[in-house]
Amino acid sequence: MESATLIDPPMISPISPPPRRASSRVADSHDARERPPVFHVERLSIFYGDKKAIEDVTLAIPSKKITAIIGPSGCGKSSFLRSLNRMHELVPNTRMEGKVLFGGEDIYAPQVDPVVIRRRIGMVFQKSNPFPTMSIAENVLVGLKLNGVHDRAFLRERLEQSLRMSALWDEVKNDLHKPGVSLSGGQQQRLCIARAIAVEPEVLLMDEPASALDPIATAKIEELIHELSANYTVVIVTHNMQQAGRCSDYTAFLYLGRLIEFGSTTKIFSNPSERRTEDYITGRFG
Amino acid sequence: MKSSHKHLWRKTKSACAAVIAFVCALLVIAPLALVLFHLIRSGASAINWSFFTELPKPVGVAGGGMANAIVGSFQLLGLAALVGVPVGVLGGVYLAEYGTARGNFALRFMADVLNGVPSIIWGVVVYGLIVLRFKSFSAYAGGLALGFIMVPLVTRTTEEVLLLVPAGYREASLALGISRWKTIVHIVMKTASKGIVTAILLALARVAGETAPLLFTAFGNRFWNHNLSEPISALPLQIFSYAISPYDDWHRQAWAGALVLVVMIFLLNLVVRFLTRERMA
Repeated sequence: MESATLIDPPMISPISPPPRRASSRVADSHDARERPPVFHVERLSIFYGDKKAIEDVTLAIPSKKITAIIGPSGCGKSSFLRSLNRMHELVPNTRMEGKVLFGGEDIYAPQVDPVVIRRRIGMVFQKSNPFPTMSIAENVLVGLKLNGVHDRAFLRERLEQSLRMSALWDEVKNDLHKPGVSLSGGQQQRLCIARAIAVEPEVLLMDEPASALDPIATAKIEELIHELSANYTVVIVTHNMQQAGRCSDYTAFLYLGRLIEFGSTTKIFSNPSERRTEDYITGRFG
Repeated sequence: MKSSHKHLWRKTKSACAAVIAFVCALLVIAPLALVLFHLIRSGASAINWSFFTELPKPVGVAGGGMANAIVGSFQLLGLAALVGVPVGVLGGVYLAEYGTARGNFALRFMADVLNGVPSIIWGVVVYGLIVLRFKSFSAYAGGLALGFIMVPLVTRTTEEVLLLVPAGYREASLALGISRWKTIVHIVMKTASKGIVTAILLALARVAGETAPLLFTAFGNRFWNHNLSEPISALPLQIFSYAISPYDDWHRQAWAGALVLVVMIFLLNLVVRFLTRERMA
């Protein structure tokens, strides 16, 4: 509790545009002030057995913005991200305290089905993982089909739309029936993003989505993340500070399971309030 | 001088080890080669069209075949699969996807013990459970005995191939809001489908040659089986009864039956090989 600072970004911090893509940010920033945060995380702690992975984190994640979560390895970035759509529960002996409110609704309330939560809060993983038995098209549409959507025209339309949004359409439009795993690493990751957005979630959680990719593929993914933020709230975990600086609107710095600082990316990177944030960002540790 | 001597000694030892390993490898392959050779020499002459199409003839009458035993074997395998496949596969799914660590330990241990139970015990168990109760040997009883043998085999192999599916696919599917059960069926089992089919085929190949559990369940039949609640013939049973008979003619037919059975199992294993090679590629 002592070090977790709650800064409600839309209210307090001045939204100054990051260096790239300045114009669109200014335009967006206005309505962000009126839109309530999509997640309210309140005093969240996560335990794996006896080990505390996240301790007393309180944070509000703004809607239709990109929030980066940075911090050294093992600081609980991924655990925090996974707690936002209850994916961390897949690990046995997990326990949590506190609350995660999604659109005002407690996603850990006993009557809430995690399957429904995950339909609304999608996730992209560090290692691209297209389903090996499925073609490109089947990969994109699997979430819809297994949830009972069978209208062919609709599926066809959603296929193209998702692949266009993930900037993959032009590269694969003639190979839709080829196996998803036949694509290159960067394309596979964009396929995974297409698969995640095909079910039209409200939020996309990304767990180091570019860390296994080369710089060119990484640039494409970052570009894509930026474009997605027009329609989605994106929360991205990255251990690459340049990436956080380049493509996020807000940044949360986690250290040893605690939230050290949260604010607009510009502020965190240029004028952090906490000494540890500054030390980490300037590369003195981590 | 001394070092070159050592070098020579080392090379000699190495050569000896290679020769011993080669001889052992030959010893492994030799029985299979000998069995096949002997089967072909003794059985091939009795294999002809009527062997596959005719019923056994009475003693002293030349000709006849094992058509009923061949068909019976397939019927028994079908019945065994009805028991062994659903129970075995779902058991494997439970072990790989649901069970708790302690429960799984107990289940695996029991499956491994069941795997080691001599097959005749299954015959006795089914004799007590089914044959005595319904007062009749039957195809159902034989199929059930073979099915019991299949269950632990299929369970353990299914579990192994399901665990080979990377956790990333399960996570990706669950993160799409796909329910756990659908994730298991449509993602995990689909990814491992060739492995599961392999598990089933290997178990079928294993029970196809079983004789002991059929002795007092299926019992054998010299005629066509028209009703699965009556005794049925099977290749191993027919081979057994012909082999212990005193007639040369029947002995030849037993050899032929053994050849057919071995070829059937060989083909099943070939299919398995083909499937697993595809999976590796």
